[in-house]
Amino acid sequence: MTTTTPALSGGRRRRPGDKIFSGTATASAVLILLILAGVGLFLLAEAYPAIVAPADEISGGRGLVLYLWPILFGTVLTSVIAMVLAVPVAVGIALFISHYAPRRLSQALGYVVDLLAAIPSIVYGFWGVQVFALALVPLYQWLAENLGWVPLFAGPASTTGRTILTASLVLAVMILPIISALSREVFLQTPRLHEEAAMALGATRWEMIKYAVIPYGRSGVISASMLGLGRALGETMAVTLVLSVSGGVSFNLINTGNPATIAADIALNFPEATGLRLSTLIAAGLLLFVLTFAVNFAARALVTRQKGGST
Amino acid sequence: MRSSTSRAARAALATTSAAALALALAACSPSNETDGGGAGGSDGGSTAAGSDADLAGTINGAGASTQQAAFQAWAVNFQDAYGTTVNYDPVGSGSGREQFLSGGVDFAGSDAYLTDEELAQADERCTDGAIDLPVYVSPIAIAYNLEGVDDLQLSPAVLAGIMAQAITTWDDPAIAELNPDAELPSTPITPVNRSDDSGTTENFTEYLDATAPDAWTYGVVETWPVAGGEAAQGTSGVVQAITNGSGTIGYADASQLGDLPAATIQVGEEYVGPTPEAAAAILDNSTRVEGRPEGDIAIDLDRTTEESGTYPIVLVSYQIACKGYDDPQVGETVAALIGYTTSEEGQQAAAEQAGSAPISEDLRSDIMTSLELVTSS
Repeated sequence: MTTTTPALSGGRRRRPGDKIFSGTATASAVLILLILAGVGLFLLAEAYPAIVAPADEISGGRGLVLYLWPILFGTVLTSVIAMVLAVPVAVGIALFISHYAPRRLSQALGYVVDLLAAIPSIVYGFWGVQVFALALVPLYQWLAENLGWVPLFAGPASTTGRTILTASLVLAVMILPIISALSREVFLQTPRLHEEAAMALGATRWEMIKYAVIPYGRSGVISASMLGLGRALGETMAVTLVLSVSGGVSFNLINTGNPATIAADIALNFPEATGLRLSTLIAAGLLLFVLTFAVNFAARALVTRQKGGST
Repeated sequence: MRSSTSRAARAALATTSAAALALALAACSPSNETDGGGAGGSDGGSTAAGSDADLAGTINGAGASTQQAAFQAWAVNFQDAYGTTVNYDPVGSGSGREQFLSGGVDFAGSDAYLTDEELAQADERCTDGAIDLPVYVSPIAIAYNLEGVDDLQLSPAVLAGIMAQAITTWDDPAIAELNPDAELPSTPITPVNRSDDSGTTENFTEYLDATAPDAWTYGVVETWPVAGGEAAQGTSGVVQAITNGSGTIGYADASQLGDLPAATIQVGEEYVGPTPEAAAAILDNSTRVEGRPEGDIAIDLDRTTEESGTYPIVLVSYQIACKGYDDPQVGETVAALIGYTTSEEGQQAAAEQAGSAPISEDLRSDIMTSLELVTSS
């Protein structure tokens, strides 16, 4: 191992192509950091007036923290529900395509799933509010009547279906293709030898997947899920259209009063916002920026630990 | 064969782009050369309209999104008649007034008239201060969706109770008392409100606050204050939510209701629906604000009016112009534009495009008198 390294780097002079390539790659890496820092600084500078403003001047009159708390809650709640619903299904789709489906079917199915990712979010929004939400109304009424003792379904059920559960379901559909497409690629990378070894030891197909494919693909699936979560956290148009935002923090998933999400709140109020109102919205943007950053950071830590553990 | 067609195509493309360039140049030129010697189609249009052609090529306005739809019609018609391009940027009332006062735009559209502080700023921006002219009136309807009820009558207090979520079912005695002939079901009421900050919400809450202060305790606000109702984005979102739900009721621009019925509102002894005539009548039945500059027509709407045939839930939007501009040509153009939007023709165009209520003849003649001040310098 140690003998090859000096031969590559120190031995002879580097060729110009090598220099140019390493130069452009470094420049790209620096550029992305600069852009990120620029966005962060912009948000901080523009949000500053709202951060230092007295509480009664913030929209709602109760200060920035109490303004941001419900929308932060709404953002996290919709995203978490969407993840809980989407990840198992996405992994199932990925495993079916990579290990169960006949070759021809798996290709066709792969295309269809990828196609879902190409639908613009505003189309998801229209579909969500005009078709999906209305179709869910009977279900919500049933839930309120029969499972009303569960706080999540306390009701009274919305008659338009524009609830936090509908928004989460729409988000789940939107992040499904991202997670399943990436997971599929990771599962396909499982070394053939691992799979055959598992089979040779007498494992059934499910056991082979459980002991060979899933451990190998776990970190990939986590990365894919985090990409999906990123989209769910920041999704604007679909949530703006689908969700009826007229409430505070509530775990009631099927009534009309729901907290907004950060992105939807900004989209709704930006057109008429000036002065301090604008700063407040930008402060909300800053919060979303920090939240996304924290989530990505946590995901990185998780992936690193998984990699260390599995090998 | 193949190469020749492609060459021909390229030549055609070159001609087209050259023509487009020439056209763009021609479109730009009238703003600079106002003596109108060799300009093309736009100049011809203005002579056809009988105007003295001494208008600026482009004027810019910004402000209330309320007037955006109307301006889509106004800008096209005004350009056809006078050859002047009108740009209207719907940035919101507050920011439109700001841009106007800082000299960024030639006129502003605003759902509120200038404050005293802003009037003082206007003295610096304009030769002789600025004036507010109420040119756009839009009735706000109370739309509802309740099976079996085609004719709903509401008093201000009951409407406020419903929107404040104090009255929660349709067979509530308070509603039944006002509608003795209707068969009201026991369906729960879902009040629908705007989820975005909106001038419609502000005008609606102003009405509730003025007419039913006991039932409506939330004051006059731009952001809907009552939690737990159905909230939707924009007028279209509200109308959609009312249509899709059942037992729903909400407020929206009267022109955008589609097939939804609108409730009639108690005014004095009678119940009035959101017709254009009834909506325009409120401007004539309200008092002008006192102590304003000469020519300014700021109106404090008398929401509690008991005048027959008046519908008090309306949104009024102003056009704000200088009395005298540094460049007299800009003044002429702004006066011509507001003169057009105020004219019977302009009001009709707005009514067709945006569903506004044409203003009365009396108000029109007052605005026309004020407009003479805009061109003075």
